[in-house]
Amino acid sequence: MTSCKSCPVHNQLTHMGINLEKYDRLVTLAGNPNTGKSSLFNALTGLKQHTGNWPGKTVTRAEGGFILKGVRYKLVDLPGTYSLLSTSQEEEIARDFILFARPDCTIVVVDATALERNLNLVFQVLEITDKAVVCVNLMDEARRKGLEVDVRSLSRHLGVPAVPTVARTREGVYDLISAVAGVVQEEIQTAPRHPPLPPQVADAVEELVSLVERLAPGLPNARWVAYRLLEGDHRVRQALLSGELTRQVTPRRAPSRQPSPKIALEGAQ
Amino acid sequence: MNSRVGVVAPQDVLDRAETLRYRLGDRFGDQIVESFYSEAERIARRVVQVRGDRHWDLDQRIDRVVTSPLFGLPLMLLLLSVVFWVTIVGANYPSEMLARALFWFEAQADALFNAWGVPGWITGFLWHGVYRGLAWVVSVMLPPMAIFFPLFTILEDLGYLPRVAFNLDWLFRKAGADGKQALTMAMGFGCNAAGVIACRIINSPRERLIAILTNTFVPCNGRFPTLIMLATVFVAAALPPVFASVAAAGTVVAVVLLGVGFTFLVSWALSRTVLRGEASAFTLELPPYRRPSLLRILYTSLIDRTIFVLLRAMMMAAPAGAVIWILANLSVGNSSLAQHIAHFLSPLGNAMGLDGVILLTFVIAIPANEIVVPTMLMIYMGVGMMSEPPSFGILRSLLIEQHGWTLLTAVNLMLFSLLHNPCATTILTIWKETRSGRWTAMGALMPLALGFLVTFLTATIVRVIE
Repeated sequence: MTSCKSCPVHNQLTHMGINLEKYDRLVTLAGNPNTGKSSLFNALTGLKQHTGNWPGKTVTRAEGGFILKGVRYKLVDLPGTYSLLSTSQEEEIARDFILFARPDCTIVVVDATALERNLNLVFQVLEITDKAVVCVNLMDEARRKGLEVDVRSLSRHLGVPAVPTVARTREGVYDLISAVAGVVQEEIQTAPRHPPLPPQVADAVEELVSLVERLAPGLPNARWVAYRLLEGDHRVRQALLSGELTRQVTPRRAPSRQPSPKIALEGAQ
Repeated sequence: MNSRVGVVAPQDVLDRAETLRYRLGDRFGDQIVESFYSEAERIARRVVQVRGDRHWDLDQRIDRVVTSPLFGLPLMLLLLSVVFWVTIVGANYPSEMLARALFWFEAQADALFNAWGVPGWITGFLWHGVYRGLAWVVSVMLPPMAIFFPLFTILEDLGYLPRVAFNLDWLFRKAGADGKQALTMAMGFGCNAAGVIACRIINSPRERLIAILTNTFVPCNGRFPTLIMLATVFVAAALPPVFASVAAAGTVVAVVLLGVGFTFLVSWALSRTVLRGEASAFTLELPPYRRPSLLRILYTSLIDRTIFVLLRAMMMAAPAGAVIWILANLSVGNSSLAQHIAHFLSPLGNAMGLDGVILLTFVIAIPANEIVVPTMLMIYMGVGMMSEPPSFGILRSLLIEQHGWTLLTAVNLMLFSLLHNPCATTILTIWKETRSGRWTAMGALMPLALGFLVTFLTATIVRVIE
């Protein structure tokens, strides 16, 4: 039996300060500040949580876990950010975590009362990973303000599940983790829709995406890599050359225990 | 095209990317951002329906007043004054009751120990030293905290604090600091160590350092009781009873404003000298007003804050009480150790409008500012001198008649309690956050130097006028 420690995935994970030994799946929580992300984290993990710092950073990090139908999920709370452009410590941490720790599912918490502004982060997350669930939180405040959010329609537009919640009263939290479990177990197939680009740009992106995918078949964030290369991001060039980005393309956990009966995306019909 | 067939190497991808990048030009980044924003707008328009509703308007209408350039700051001052006034008026009576009960217990214990024939020094050390320190802390600090913290937590829970930050933002930017410093400053009112940690929300290292170094200029929980007591005993008592509580609250507000003023002044000076630079921009979101939940307010304010501060004060006060008892009872020559040290410090203390005992108090109170008042009183009273239960009236006559206090002493003590070295916890936190001995030393010594300077100035001015 080969040691867990020798596998590159393990190295990458311990580098992020994650200990996966007691958990089956890794889920992370992203979102703008003031979206009730912490309330949701508390609602999901209860008292099972640890707080500390991100390795080498002065940014607080919280992690905890929950169990659903016998599967143990580890939940890591990312710093609240408006984008993933890595202009601040927080943004860099959030981006690197989704990029390198490769969570089985990323929950993006959005403020139902300020959906438009919050979608920017959702698009950026969906560039990096397909495995995401959008949590439309603060539904009570939206109702109070006379806003009606059609969450099914949002889900159709984004191509990933969207679940309405009120984290403070735990409303919708069970639906949320069910959707997360569905994405993790691949019972729900996600197909993120990316914002349309001008034709010339779109062609260039598509060409580069297919090239990156041939270089590293199965790489989930080929689109993100293509964007960064077209922007001339030096770190990404280096990461591609050194193989850091493409190292862990082989599926890193056993396929789901229950083969999926449902293929269609929830709410897509 | 070589890359369409065979194996793709990383270098091929990079080369092709460079070609495409030059073909697209440097508008690529903007085009991505534009596409994100227009898609976000399109989706939001289809997904979100707006019904006309009054609540939404209410939030905005409140914000228009609360954050208006005209009413914003005055309203803030008014709210602050009301909070202090309620605290002072409300805490007065329970404080005296508590003190009476706790000191009655000390007398009973003393009598009991005497009856049992326990040696005098054990009784003195235990009851007149350790216990008395604790009793003072509890009776002086508990009632104001139990009133002040819930009120402050209500403001916090309502969502008022981000509005404060919004109102103060332009001032901080003028001072060359980050607007978010308003939030870390607000946190400093609770605890300076917590305020220093909160400076992590500031991204620019330069502005973060400014916020860390100036956090101690706002009085923390540990110092509010000192300010409130002095304002009540000296300022309020010097006026007719009708104005007393208002004057006391006004005094505390004035000290707080002075602290905020020093925060701006020192931030400005730092960003013009050792931490030169321009203020960077930031987005401040005004969250919706939320109805505070009663249970959470009681929990955060009473358990997280009141009990936490009180326990910390008691943990520091017990050993300090013991140290004071030893200092007051170990004699070298004719007078006690405490008297020797106080005597040695008194020329400096007098120049600052204070006295040697007060300076000695601030040295003993370095671990925790909470124990300034109890320590000072214990040194003044020595051991066994206080046979009757303390009340604010007795306190006042004792300090004025036996120890030569004047209004200047009280005012300068308030000033010095605002401007002196941060407590040991805060100093340690500054070191942990900056990892630099130089900045830590600066954070500790700069306020102290300012304190010496300001009290020396007021003392000199008052003496010249007299």
